[in-house]
Amino acid sequence: MTTIDGNLQNEPQGLLARLSAALETGLAALFAGFMNALEILVRPVERRLGMERIGYFFVLPNLLIFGIFVLFPMLLNFYISFTSGTEIYPQDRSFVGVANYEFLFDCENVFEPNSCNEDLFWRGVFNTVFFVVVQVSGMVLVSLLTALVLNGKIPARGFFRSVFFYPVLLSPVVVALIWKWILQRDGVLNSLLIALGGERVQFLVNADWATLWVIVISIWALMGFYTLILLAGLQAIPAELYEAGQIDGTGRWQSFRFITMPLLMPTMFVVLVLSLIRAVQVFDQVYALTGGGPGTTTHFIVQYIFTVGFANVIPRYGLAAAASVLLGATLLVLTLMQLRAARSNESG
Amino acid sequence: MRHFAMVALLATLVLVLALPGVAQDVVELRMTWYTDGNEDEVMRDLLDRFEMEHSDIRVVMDNVSYQEGILGALPVQLAAGEGPDMARVTNLGGLAEYYLDLTPYLDDPDYWVESFGVGLGWLQLPGDSNISGLPTQLTVTGPFINRTLFEQAGVAVPSDSSDQVTWEEWAAAANEVAEILDIPFPMAMDRSGHRFAGPAISMGAQYFDDEGHPLIAGDEGFRAMAELFVNWHLDGTMPLEIWAANTGYAGANEEFGNSQVVFYMSGSWQIGQFSDQIGDAFDWAAVPNPCGPGGCTGLPGGAWVVAIGDTEHPEEVARVMEYLASEEIQEEFYARTLFIPGHQGLLSKGMEFETDLGQALGALDAFFASANALEQTAYDIQGYAFNFIVFNASRDRLTQAIVGELTLDEAIERIQEDVDEQLAERMGG
Repeated sequence: MTTIDGNLQNEPQGLLARLSAALETGLAALFAGFMNALEILVRPVERRLGMERIGYFFVLPNLLIFGIFVLFPMLLNFYISFTSGTEIYPQDRSFVGVANYEFLFDCENVFEPNSCNEDLFWRGVFNTVFFVVVQVSGMVLVSLLTALVLNGKIPARGFFRSVFFYPVLLSPVVVALIWKWILQRDGVLNSLLIALGGERVQFLVNADWATLWVIVISIWALMGFYTLILLAGLQAIPAELYEAGQIDGTGRWQSFRFITMPLLMPTMFVVLVLSLIRAVQVFDQVYALTGGGPGTTTHFIVQYIFTVGFANVIPRYGLAAAASVLLGATLLVLTLMQLRAARSNESG
Repeated sequence: MRHFAMVALLATLVLVLALPGVAQDVVELRMTWYTDGNEDEVMRDLLDRFEMEHSDIRVVMDNVSYQEGILGALPVQLAAGEGPDMARVTNLGGLAEYYLDLTPYLDDPDYWVESFGVGLGWLQLPGDSNISGLPTQLTVTGPFINRTLFEQAGVAVPSDSSDQVTWEEWAAAANEVAEILDIPFPMAMDRSGHRFAGPAISMGAQYFDDEGHPLIAGDEGFRAMAELFVNWHLDGTMPLEIWAANTGYAGANEEFGNSQVVFYMSGSWQIGQFSDQIGDAFDWAAVPNPCGPGGCTGLPGGAWVVAIGDTEHPEEVARVMEYLASEEIQEEFYARTLFIPGHQGLLSKGMEFETDLGQALGALDAFFASANALEQTAYDIQGYAFNFIVFNASRDRLTQAIVGELTLDEAIERIQEDVDEQLAERMGG
């Protein structure tokens, strides 16, 4: 019986091994063939350009894609910000100089949006600034805490790592719809509250609640991504340092403060820059969840650009382009400041 | 065997090469469509029959959402010259520059003028007399009530005993019903400046100055309705969920269908949908438009199928449009969709709708009556090519007044500024 069982078990294993070996050989042959074909293609180019300049040949496809889909639209957008009218093609539009920028900045007091000519732009700006400050702080903190927990020796660690990352895979609109289902007037959360004897709360109609939920949901949806980056940073810290610390009698807090944090700082900067850029660009998820409301409470700068450029009956492409140039410039400045801070931190 | 395989391969090759040639004989037209009720199914059925009779034309219906597809994406597609061949639109004058003048392609242009009358003018730019489309429904804005709730609450329906019920009287009655039965929303109105305009005109709004330019600031009638409207949101008569917590258009039809609303300001296009979704689950009814110092008016309107000027197949488009415009097809379409016809001949002759539902027939009667009680200002604003600018600015700024971001006077000033700025942009900045 044992012999029979043993034979039955060994046979599939042997087959599997042979299949695996055949697959490996096949893949190796395929790869070799591909490399040979590539060499046939690249060799003449290499002879023509020389070894030093062959790198340009390899980055050319990416540069072309970047040029066509990023650089050219950016330049076009920059030009359109100096034009006016509803025509869609640049050659049909009238050049108005910096009129669109002047219009956006036409304010008695920029801190009082109602005193501005384009009040919705400034409401969008202030809402975005508030969102960025609170959401990015919350995001970094929550991601860090989660990464620290997931880096420890907890049961079902792999499962939890997947669970926290799962929302990242969802489309922002799906995230918004799920949460709308939870938060709406007759939603899951209100049903639960009422079942527990509480009162119905207008989560998406009350300005304060709507702002809070927009931030919370945004953190929930994206923290898995930043947690993963921080987790990689944590795992790159040599275990010997902690062991040496333990020998010297450092506690957990001191380990965290004097070993983990300094060595994690470059990764933290990456997380900070990425989450900051993402936060400034907030739109789709919030648009699907609250539509920018109640009123304009969650109306962010990208929604302003979308509304002025595409949702209004009369599209004002020039104004929308000017606002997006300002948004782009702000992002650039923020990123440069952070990179500079990161470099000085590394050198210090 | 090998010989047979070669023959089969050659035959397949010939077939593959020949197919595009065959396909080229069939002109494919695209029609962007949205649906409130069953009109997509009815239109598809009518088009299928057209295609059976005209094997050289195929019409693909692209069903899109009204808010995102028709109001959002379509204008951008048209501006970029990437639009469909035909589209169902409600911003009739605002997109007029993109329409095709079908006149040269029609067998009998006079039939179109006789049949579709004043409405054709809504599709025209000032000074032209183009024929660009056909109606798929004539609409009138007006309220629906949940009569069952009135009965259950023991509250008399105000319009049963009076021909002229004011907005305030309706609000009081709806609040009474809601309070007795613990209904969450006494009144609701679609989030639309178009829906708001009828009540505003009833309160005396003029919407235009003497030169025909939209004038909201200083319009006492507009302000009077706006004040009532904002206060109704603040005191709980109307739900914040519809106006405050949305962007763009939002309807309260689901809330009404779920018996969460006593009085719902919407329009005749809901009849088909309510027939399907509510049926006789409760007694719903359309009532005459409430009154104010300016009358008891709703707003006329309609959804039209228009031909798009950038089409590469104007003759084929015209053939489809002529088929859809014929009295026989129009009659069938309206009978099956329960829409008020936009065809003068059918309006004169009277319609037999394909329903036995008393609520639907009663509502159709009520809206037919409302259509005869519209004020001239209501026709003026509907006929104004850029009325959507006024409607959308009203909608968005009044929302800000409702949530307290602007005072009512600030909101009205902003509406005027928004209208002036967008019109200036439209005229080339």
